[in-house]
Amino acid sequence: MSFPWANQYQPKSPLMQWVDSRLPLPRLVYNSVGAGYPVPRNINYLYNFGVLAGIALMIQIITGIVLAMHYSAHITTAFDSVEHIMRNVNSGWLIRYMHMNGASFFFIVIYIHIFRGLYYGSYKAPREMVWMLGVLILLLMMATAFMGYVLPWGQMSFWGAQVITSLFSAIPLVGESIRIWLVGGFAPDNATITRFFSLHYVLPFVILGVVILKIWALHIPGSTNPTGVDVQGPQDTLPFHPYFTAKDFFSLTIYLMLFSAFVFFMPNALGHPDNYIPANPLSTPAHIVPEWYLLPFYAILRAFTIDFLWIPAKLWGVIAMFASILLLFFLPWLDTSRVKSATYRPLYKKFYWVLFVNMFLLGYVGAMPAEEPYVRIGQIATAYYFAHFLIIMPLLSFIEKPLPLPNSIAESVFAKAGKKPVTVGAVPSAAQPAPAE
Amino acid sequence: MATTPETMTDGADGVRRRDFIYVATGAFAAVGAAAVVWPFVNQMNPSADVRALATIEIDLSSILPGQAIKTIWQSKPVFVRNLTPVEQDEANKVPLAELRDPQTLADRTKDGNRNWLITLGICTHLGCVPLGASEGENKGDYGGYFCPCHGSHYDTAARIRRGPAPTNLFVPAYAFKTPTLIEIG
Repeated sequence: MSFPWANQYQPKSPLMQWVDSRLPLPRLVYNSVGAGYPVPRNINYLYNFGVLAGIALMIQIITGIVLAMHYSAHITTAFDSVEHIMRNVNSGWLIRYMHMNGASFFFIVIYIHIFRGLYYGSYKAPREMVWMLGVLILLLMMATAFMGYVLPWGQMSFWGAQVITSLFSAIPLVGESIRIWLVGGFAPDNATITRFFSLHYVLPFVILGVVILKIWALHIPGSTNPTGVDVQGPQDTLPFHPYFTAKDFFSLTIYLMLFSAFVFFMPNALGHPDNYIPANPLSTPAHIVPEWYLLPFYAILRAFTIDFLWIPAKLWGVIAMFASILLLFFLPWLDTSRVKSATYRPLYKKFYWVLFVNMFLLGYVGAMPAEEPYVRIGQIATAYYFAHFLIIMPLLSFIEKPLPLPNSIAESVFAKAGKKPVTVGAVPSAAQPAPAE
Repeated sequence: MATTPETMTDGADGVRRRDFIYVATGAFAAVGAAAVVWPFVNQMNPSADVRALATIEIDLSSILPGQAIKTIWQSKPVFVRNLTPVEQDEANKVPLAELRDPQTLADRTKDGNRNWLITLGICTHLGCVPLGASEGENKGDYGGYFCPCHGSHYDTAARIRRGPAPTNLFVPAYAFKTPTLIEIG
């Protein structure tokens, strides 16, 4: 499961030896996120976002469990119970603002994590399963976040639920029955809020389970690294602890500073003011917009305005929106280039940045009303999104001439530092090579 | 891999008695599992109290010509409008070829009650609630309903005339129980 030169877990205290021989849990921790897990020594700060995502998930779970102690999932009391949390519950405002902004920050971290993976080819063999589990987590996160946004039962909650569940009514023949089944009525109502609360509570634990599977799958080949060259020997790696735990603590500090800036100084900057108006099924807000992190996909949904091939525009939009995420599952087989890192792929690197800008463009269009010129911009951006993955990536694998790769991770690291690689072949496996800088 | 004579009977077509037992057991388990899963799926469908409100009765006697009311049916807004003769004439004058979703006023009302226009108050574009049912609200350029979200104008027969909405306001199934009482649903 790990490299042969990984540090061995050798508990010194008799108590830990006693535990280890009966329940080797400390050994498992040591081997997965401790000194027993060798990591490529050249990974940069973009590789910290996996750990940050795990912490963001834990913040959501802990604040969420606390909020559930004070929240009341009923259409007559939900809105008031959220206000009760904000005004009466001791520190309730803090915990709710952490949960609200924590969701946004979780998505920021996840999106950076995904774009890191796209840049360094983290989805390629032998890490396809790691990537696909990640896409599954993204889908679960979107479902969880959407249902959580419905719970305060404000105007955006209600109308967001209305619009998103209406998507399913676009499915031919059975669509309307599915929509009614999902909301438990003819429109979002009490049955909707109670089931969404139940699922919103349980799905984060499902995510946690998938995260554990993902870490398990990751630890078979280990992390990628900015060169994309495979680990060849002990000179290429450093133990996760203390080298990368220390680095992760540093990035966590920065993360918590930014998080606190939002929680304490602009807690509603990422939300929508209409959600502080109680839900009213007889009055629609002027612009129904989802939370910011769903905007690019909302733009794809709305990009289809004409019926085509007997399929109505509304259904095309729904198909495209789901396809835009589901196609990520096939990414390892759409990109057949054997060079992982975009650093050594001059053409792919250009298109990567086009895709990056394109996502912001889609997000911007998603926030704008459905009128010109936004509709046309959204259509072009949607076309590029699909072309990038379905046409450009497969083609690039054939026409691109990659730059020469370094011979090894250690060579690329020490070439930068102007030193010669330390040969550690003679050193016992427990010894740790000196840090790079 | 115990190949006793009992399990090996009937070797002519390669089918053993044990194969039948496997298939029968599997089929029985699948049917049983489906029977257990169904209640867990079905519990998410509308409950009896929600279904009980699937139809409503509306008393029309207090709605004067030119007036409209908003009410709720299946948690959705419904507009009930008493059209004046002028409004009916306006709707009847429009050539069908001009309409995005061609329907006559007669298609959208009941025989003998052409003045009663009953529609859902849900814009067919993105589901907003159009204005025009209450006194003093903007009725749009065609005197019917106006959706403020993306500017869809509906005429006096609640047909889409201008704006992004694809179809006319939906006319739900309803019936006159007495001349002044309708049942929707």
